[in-house]
Amino acid sequence: MSNPKNLLYTETHEWVKQDGNVAYVGITDYAQDSLGDVVFVELPEKGADIEAGDTLGSIESVKAVSDIYSPVSGTVVEINAELEEAPELLNAAPWDTWIFAVEISNTDELAELLNASEYKAFCEDGEE
Amino acid sequence: MKTNQDFPLIFERSRAGRRALDLPQNDVPTTGKTLPEHLRRQEAAALPEVSQVDLIRHFTALSRRNFGVDNGFYPLGSCTMKYNPKINEDIARIPGFAQIHPEQPPETVQGALQVIYELGRMLSEITAMDEFTLQPAAGAHGELTGLMLIKAYHLHNGDSHKTEVLVPDSAHGTNPASAAMAGFDVVEVKSNMAGLVDLEDLAKKVSDNTAALMLTNPNTLGLFEKDVKEIADIVHAKGGLLYYDGANLNAIMGICRPGDMGFDVVHLNLHKTFSTPHGGGGPGSGPVGVKKPLIPYLPVPTVKQEGQTYTFDYNRPLSIGRVKSFYGNFGVYLKAYAYILAMGPDGLRQASQDAVLNANYLLHQLKECYEVPYPDRCMHEFVISATTQKEYGASALDLAKRLLDFGFHPPTIYFPLIVKEALMIEPTETESKETLDAFVAVMAAIAKEAEETPQALQNAPHHATVSRLDETTAARHPVLKWTGED
Amino acid sequence: MLNEIGVSSAEELFDVIPRELQLGRPLNLPQALSEQELLTHMNALAEKNKRPLSFLGAGAYEHHIPSVVNHILMRSEFYTSYTPYQAEISQGMLQCIFEYQTMIAQITGMDVSNASLYDGATATSEAAFMAVNVTRRNKVLVPWNVHPQTRQVLRTYCNAAGITLIELENQDGLSLQEIIEQSLDHDTAGVILQNPDFFGCIEDLQGIADIVHNNKSLLIASVEPISLALLKPPGQSGVDIAVGDGQSLGNPLSFGGPSLGFMAVKENLLRRMPGRIVGQTKDQDGRRGFVLTLQAREQHIRRQKAMSNICSNQALNALAATVYLATLGKEGFVELATLCMNKAHYAKDLICAIPGFELAFDSPFFCEFAIKCPGNAENIAQQVLQDAQILPGYYLGQEYPELSNGLLIAVTETKTRQDIELLADALAKAAVTGGDLA
Repeated sequence: MSNPKNLLYTETHEWVKQDGNVAYVGITDYAQDSLGDVVFVELPEKGADIEAGDTLGSIESVKAVSDIYSPVSGTVVEINAELEEAPELLNAAPWDTWIFAVEISNTDELAELLNASEYKAFCEDGEE
Repeated sequence: MKTNQDFPLIFERSRAGRRALDLPQNDVPTTGKTLPEHLRRQEAAALPEVSQVDLIRHFTALSRRNFGVDNGFYPLGSCTMKYNPKINEDIARIPGFAQIHPEQPPETVQGALQVIYELGRMLSEITAMDEFTLQPAAGAHGELTGLMLIKAYHLHNGDSHKTEVLVPDSAHGTNPASAAMAGFDVVEVKSNMAGLVDLEDLAKKVSDNTAALMLTNPNTLGLFEKDVKEIADIVHAKGGLLYYDGANLNAIMGICRPGDMGFDVVHLNLHKTFSTPHGGGGPGSGPVGVKKPLIPYLPVPTVKQEGQTYTFDYNRPLSIGRVKSFYGNFGVYLKAYAYILAMGPDGLRQASQDAVLNANYLLHQLKECYEVPYPDRCMHEFVISATTQKEYGASALDLAKRLLDFGFHPPTIYFPLIVKEALMIEPTETESKETLDAFVAVMAAIAKEAEETPQALQNAPHHATVSRLDETTAARHPVLKWTGED
Repeated sequence: MLNEIGVSSAEELFDVIPRELQLGRPLNLPQALSEQELLTHMNALAEKNKRPLSFLGAGAYEHHIPSVVNHILMRSEFYTSYTPYQAEISQGMLQCIFEYQTMIAQITGMDVSNASLYDGATATSEAAFMAVNVTRRNKVLVPWNVHPQTRQVLRTYCNAAGITLIELENQDGLSLQEIIEQSLDHDTAGVILQNPDFFGCIEDLQGIADIVHNNKSLLIASVEPISLALLKPPGQSGVDIAVGDGQSLGNPLSFGGPSLGFMAVKENLLRRMPGRIVGQTKDQDGRRGFVLTLQAREQHIRRQKAMSNICSNQALNALAATVYLATLGKEGFVELATLCMNKAHYAKDLICAIPGFELAFDSPFFCEFAIKCPGNAENIAQQVLQDAQILPGYYLGQEYPELSNGLLIAVTETKTRQDIELLADALAKAAVTGGDLA
């Protein structure tokens, strides 16, 4: 599965979809594949004020736990409650399953994220 | 034997009114209301009600759905699954040991205190350390204790900036976890191509903020860190201390000693090196030994000798305090004490020598059909990689599960993290050549199977009491107790 | 074998070790003993340990251990096995732990239990860490009437982790609840209680639970397992984390170890519990089976971000507890606890009828109680041991200086009426001869 071109990416394998001044954040196919079957998602608190790089939660699989980092600064405005009952959505549909949404306080930060081909190169580098 | 029916839980065998034990009659006058109503339990706990014969059959059957060293070969790397001497089980049950209360006046428990004192001295001799505490209940607990000692030492010397602990990337998970729990920041040190600590990387990462480097020698790849003196010098030069994870001591007993290599703090795993049984996950015992400068910080109490008498020593104003109630796992370290006395100096040395011989023998044979990242020589354990087999579709996990079908406990898998598809093998000294040869034959057969019919491995085990278990569902929707609602 | 490897002697295998590090001499240890000689030596040591009639408690209790417990523990498929990471061949131990977890949940009235921790004191410390992690606050309160050794271990752990431990002192005229209320603030992660407390006194926890929860802190209670047969369990008193020492459940005194620490929590804290946990699942053919689950939280995966560094559980001790509780069964458990309580109250009545002796605290108790002696209790206890070969109890003055005349007495089902009467007699005599040596 190739990385959708309309999304932005982080080096910690999150994807970002910008919708107005809100950023929806999920994890990439590469991430879900490395993690294995997701068993639990720890979600951030709605309303939390955050900085780019903050740990907002974690994703637990049978064999690993990965922290989720926020790609941008702002306020958490929504969390995907579906993941409480069905964490496996992250494995089945990583590109369609957002985890949390942030109201962006500083749009300049988006420029520091990777685009699809930069992310692809980053992943390939890591595999050497 | 596999059937299609679920093996019953004890609760499912329960029938109202059945008893497995008769209690004595009450022989004192009852004074009536001793507990006010609002403090009373209203509904009895729904414990099972079974007869003694059903109870015994239940647990006997359960024991037969389990696998211990007494059942077969158990080459778990880093666990030292050696034979557990039966005499030690008898010794731990002698009433004079099993039935004494920890708060009895010291003059009534001189035998126990003598054991604690003498064991400490013997472990000091084996490891070249100056004094031991027997209080920690397990290896990880020993690590935490050792790190707390290091922290107390630095703080007392005014070095509160020493907040970092260095841990090799090949280390056991408890190392960084213990460091974090003790309030340190963890810094990872890389291994070089030979699988040893990368001295350059170490030199870069050691700083004035280094409180300690945690090391095990031989390391988790079964390789002896021959540059350990240099490593010690690098760390000591910056005022850091060297911590020894004693998990692999079985390779070097009577041959060399951590205290002589420059280690300042040591923890031992009595349930590994010193033959006390693993018990299905515990209890263990993780004594910690230190060099002189750290003695003042040891947990209280220790045991000292005054003439012919033994007493508790609580006079340690700089002590880190207690890490456990009472005196540690007495009933466990008693067995280690007996083991050391039964082996003697020559026996211990022989054990290490045989452990290393057995491991090299296996390494040499298994090289033929498995990738071996460090093929030349090993100490008491070594790592193979199932990367070739993975290409055919059979992972290290599959290999391990297939071994179960042949009556062998699999080796440790996916550890250390720096080797892909790792299987870590430690035969120990208590295995015969015939057992080792049988293991090699099976491993060779499985390697062939991986190439020709990998599904046999992917669907393994075929002959255990259950087939492969669904760990994902267990974690997604945890069911952690019986509720009677099936 | 040497030929196969290609070396001429076993010593060559150690060539990798630098010359200057090799010991080069035998270890300075006693020469090896044969099995027979070892047994003689160990028996001689054991003979030096005395076992007089004892009323010592203070965190370790003498109970009759049913014969079946030891027979099952001696099945070597259990005790020589490793941690059940290879679930398919370890269904025996895994199921035993699942049954253990169930029974602990049953007796504590809590939602879920883990597979056990080292002991009660370390379990209490792990609970304190949990409270800090969950609430993201940094202060823990613990009152004076929690076991002194539990408080000592807490101090060590909290100091290491940089958690503020506030030890609450007793204040005349104020109840425990009032003292706690005074000290709660926005940085309090949790409050630790012991019930029955170190002096054996039983408290109703609900009121305290309410004020603790109003403060958005967690309530941690260290409880005595046998007492749970008769007392309102922590799960019904608003407790968030129940911990305690499981030695009294089928494990011998063994000079204080090994034991086990149990921990049981409310459902919402399940994923924050340290230690191993066994879960139920199915195999490929639909059969019920058990696995170690939620392992991603543990040290071997999470490493420095693990909930705790804990690796082992006290599996064999937990197995003993499971067999013990199954042996007693639903009714036997209550009957046993009742025996203990009756005998303790009889002892209290006899002793408090002796001039100069009185109950130290006006409170209901289970099978352990504190008395005030007419004189220094340590001297009286020594006199009793000397004259009657009885250990009458734990000298409270060693941890509570204001109670130099205090003795903590535990009476379990192992004491007959005659034993209790001997104790009372001995105390009465010692009070006359020994009490004045204060």
